Amino acid sequence: MNAKLKKIIPQLLTLTFVALVFGFFSYNAQLNMENRGISFGYGFLSQESSFDVQFSLIEYDGSHSYFRAYLVGLLNTILVSVIGIIFATIIGVIVGIARLSTNLLINKAAAYYVEFFRNIPLLLQIFFWYFAALRALPLPENAEPIFGVIFLTIKGLFIPAFVWNNLDIFLYSLLAAIISIIVIRSYANRLREKHGKQIPFLYISLGLIIILPLLTFLMGGVTLSFEIPELVQLAKTSFRFNGGLGLPPELIALTLALALYTATFIAECVRAGIQGVSKGQKEAAASIGLTPNQVLKLVIMPQALRIIIPPTTNQYLNLTKNSSLAAAIAYPDLVLVFAGTALMQTGRAIEIVSITMLTYLTLSVSISVLMNWYNKKIAIKEK
Amino acid sequence: MLKIKQITSLLAVVAVLFGFATETFAAKKSKTLKNTIKQGFVKCGVSQGLPGFSNADASGNWTGVDVDVCRAVAAAVLGDANKVKFTPLSAKERFTALTSGEIDVLSRNTTWTLSRDADIGLTFVGVNFYDGQGFMVRKNSGMTSVNDFKDGISACTNIGTTTELNMRDFFNSKGISYEPVAFEKADEVVAAYDAGRCDTYTTDKSGLAAQRTKMSNPDDHIVLPETISKEPLGPVVRQGDAVWEDIVRWSLNTMIEAEEYGINSGNADSLKTSDNPAVKRIVGAEGEMGAALGLDNDWSLRIIKQVGNYGESYKRNIADTGILPDRGPNEIWTNGGLLYTPPAR
Repeated sequence: MNAKLKKIIPQLLTLTFVALVFGFFSYNAQLNMENRGISFGYGFLSQESSFDVQFSLIEYDGSHSYFRAYLVGLLNTILVSVIGIIFATIIGVIVGIARLSTNLLINKAAAYYVEFFRNIPLLLQIFFWYFAALRALPLPENAEPIFGVIFLTIKGLFIPAFVWNNLDIFLYSLLAAIISIIVIRSYANRLREKHGKQIPFLYISLGLIIILPLLTFLMGGVTLSFEIPELVQLAKTSFRFNGGLGLPPELIALTLALALYTATFIAECVRAGIQGVSKGQKEAAASIGLTPNQVLKLVIMPQALRIIIPPTTNQYLNLTKNSSLAAAIAYPDLVLVFAGTALMQTGRAIEIVSITMLTYLTLSVSISVLMNWYNKKIAIKEK
Repeated sequence: MLKIKQITSLLAVVAVLFGFATETFAAKKSKTLKNTIKQGFVKCGVSQGLPGFSNADASGNWTGVDVDVCRAVAAAVLGDANKVKFTPLSAKERFTALTSGEIDVLSRNTTWTLSRDADIGLTFVGVNFYDGQGFMVRKNSGMTSVNDFKDGISACTNIGTTTELNMRDFFNSKGISYEPVAFEKADEVVAAYDAGRCDTYTTDKSGLAAQRTKMSNPDDHIVLPETISKEPLGPVVRQGDAVWEDIVRWSLNTMIEAEEYGINSGNADSLKTSDNPAVKRIVGAEGEMGAALGLDNDWSLRIIKQVGNYGESYKRNIADTGILPDRGPNEIWTNGGLLYTPPAR
């Protein structure tokens, strides 16, 4: 009992202290705001925002509410984070493995890339990619088409948009293909474990995922056509592309900068993970006749992943948080739209900053939870 | 005692005068005034660099018409127009800096609107520049009017300003779809527009004229003739300190009224013996104009001698630098402009 009390009392005291400090500051803030005639409240969220945003995943214009503007910013932040994480992971894994290559050229190129990009402040890199790209890219009227249909210009990347007929049938066929692949995979695993028989699983799944959706085009009435971007003239020397799918240069520059920067850290995580697997494992695997590819895939990587995942989670969190630098180059993310324009138009600094902080916290915790779940899944299961 | 000090040094005079000033009722009531005297400088929020309005040169000297408002306050309150601490602020930071007490005067080409005045704990004290939003385009685009704008035009601008709202109102009323590209800082807006990211750059016309000087080739760009909004720009103070509010308001008014009566930094001293009582009041030779503000009687004379009247400030900062040689609405009312102040009496 006594020992228990001894443990609890300091904790209680700390808790009271923290509560008091927090209370003191919130009381002060309230008092100061009252003195300066500033009201507090979240009612403004339902008011009309009356400003437009350049790029939005959901329907939005100035007649929508501030809350809708918040969603626009949040979705744009998630979009750039997800794309950034995917590219950073791909580049990071490739570069991480390349750093261990015995080929001197590949090895050194990867090493220089890592040292160069991780040692320059991210904001500078964002400015570089944005303004360098703006200066280097052609004006819309001078853009050379890529494959005849893609246009990379100073006003953005314009690609053909898909125009679907019966898209749902196509999606169902894709789903069916994926389910059958999972079934076949478990069958193939059982076959291998019980009878030591290998079936060409990869070719079967590739065939399924191509042939099933293809059949829907031939028989299911699915059609796909493309809307190709068209050049229109705004004024004597001013052009733009209409139609198709336009990605603003701000999004491209930001994704590029975030991916290239974060990939350097992921590459180091991957290298550390692979080097963390003891040499004996590799030699043992090679000695039973596995090919180098099989050694990497079946023996090294499963063990390395356990070392790679936790620090890589940190990099994913960093990338998401760093995406808030978007404000510098006009990519309408959460910080620019909500903690920028909306804050200025309403003057609700405390409310908006607190919402924005909570949002980033939620995003980070979600990524963390997801990665921890994955980490647990691949962890050693002791029997 | 007082007399001896007055003879010995000008600085001492100022110090003693403050000693006297702090005794007045107004000074006791105004926390901001008391603090300003105690710390010995005026805390002034300005832009991060807008030629003609508030711009720092290579050695860190601030100039501009907005800067001169703060200098006038410093001359009135502290006796020295150079006793100002300038804090460069983005459009986004400016109001928070003021309400939190980081600055005491915000003189940063800020538009006076109802919601800003009423809602967020601020008080606008007057207008030191009548402006309106306009558009800049590349000369070779052939556009000569906003009527040449077509669907899909992309417009570069700053976030956190009335500009974003006016732009929407304008394009909506014209029924033109547009792509807003909004940056946090003016320098990036200019760089992006200059590179060709946008077809037009929109902000207050004074801002367009000033930023044009920063373009790689200023002559390649024109400001379209239309003005799509009213933008009365003026200094702002915190709500709740009426004396400080009055000091800033009348420091600005003094500069404008001095020009109206032809008083400038050169002739202010000699006009102490003028026949016109209105002139004598402005140069502190008649009446007790300072007492009500918690200041001595020479406060307005110091403003005119050290900073100059509004016309001198405009000429020095905006006209002679080639930004907007034509004063337009920013002319004294007797010359057909909008500058009209209540009388100092």
